[in-house]
Amino acid sequence: MYSASGAAARLRSVPPPVVLSAPAEPEVDERTEAEVDEATLADTPWQTIVWNDPVNLMSYVTYVFQKLFGYDKAKATALMLDVHHKGRATVSSGSREKVEGDVARLHAAGLWATMQRAS
Amino acid sequence: MKAWKRQGRGDRVRYVAVLERPEASVLRGLMGQVEQMLTGRGAESPDDELAALTGIRTGPSTPPDDPVLARLLPDFASSAEEDAGELSAALRSVREPELIEAKQAAIATVLATCPPGGGRVELAPSQAEEWLAAVNDVRLALGVALEVTEDMPEQLPADDPRADHLPVYHWLTWLQDSLVTTLTA
Repeated sequence: MYSASGAAARLRSVPPPVVLSAPAEPEVDERTEAEVDEATLADTPWQTIVWNDPVNLMSYVTYVFQKLFGYDKAKATALMLDVHHKGRATVSSGSREKVEGDVARLHAAGLWATMQRAS
Repeated sequence: MKAWKRQGRGDRVRYVAVLERPEASVLRGLMGQVEQMLTGRGAESPDDELAALTGIRTGPSTPPDDPVLARLLPDFASSAEEDAGELSAALRSVREPELIEAKQAAIATVLATCPPGGGRVELAPSQAEEWLAAVNDVRLALGVALEVTEDMPEQLPADDPRADHLPVYHWLTWLQDSLVTTLTA
């Protein structure tokens, strides 16, 4: 995660426009077909994982955990620090539908989140 | 600009800052660019007959080729999952249209509340939350474009092609951090 230490309060000059969209390398699809028996997996709990990334601010990530999950500041900060130091943290768990919704809300907030079955 | 300030009480709480003209111009320009990219992605949605009949929209099942859009619209399943590809594809087609809409709505709020020529910005709490999300998306986009790392220096060597743009990223970082701090104070 990013700390705001290099941040500047003043934008001194307007730079030339930055080109945000660039042609991407074609992606190699390495996915494999996997047959999953939904019935046997229906009861397995799911987890929401948040991954570290170089842009999201420590203050913002803590705020998002408080806002989306209702965690108090201490718990939200501990989870943020886990993401920062360990590269990932489990931030919520539950049914597939619940975790799917949690991942969607984290994506809306710009955090890098995925879901997986609890091991 | 100076740090965000909270004014008023209760239902009347507002978060206030004054943006200078170049700041407003850069912010609105970047918001417009991200908005255009999202709109372009949204137009890729397959409009199949089922969607037309049921009104249930579906998005593409594959991630965007563009690395900026891929960061803004990530996969759902962790690659640790055996059926990650299948699950991500299914959830993307269901969830992506509303995710794009949420990001567009946040950008629309910034564009509606930030005067084009600069000046006073006054936000209700829900608008301040949308600013946080939209500014974060613009920072994510710049982060990909400028290959930002966690230990990004304040300045890059003058011959680095990213040197001119890095101050914008740092300024947006400051703006966002100041708004989070004020919201949570």
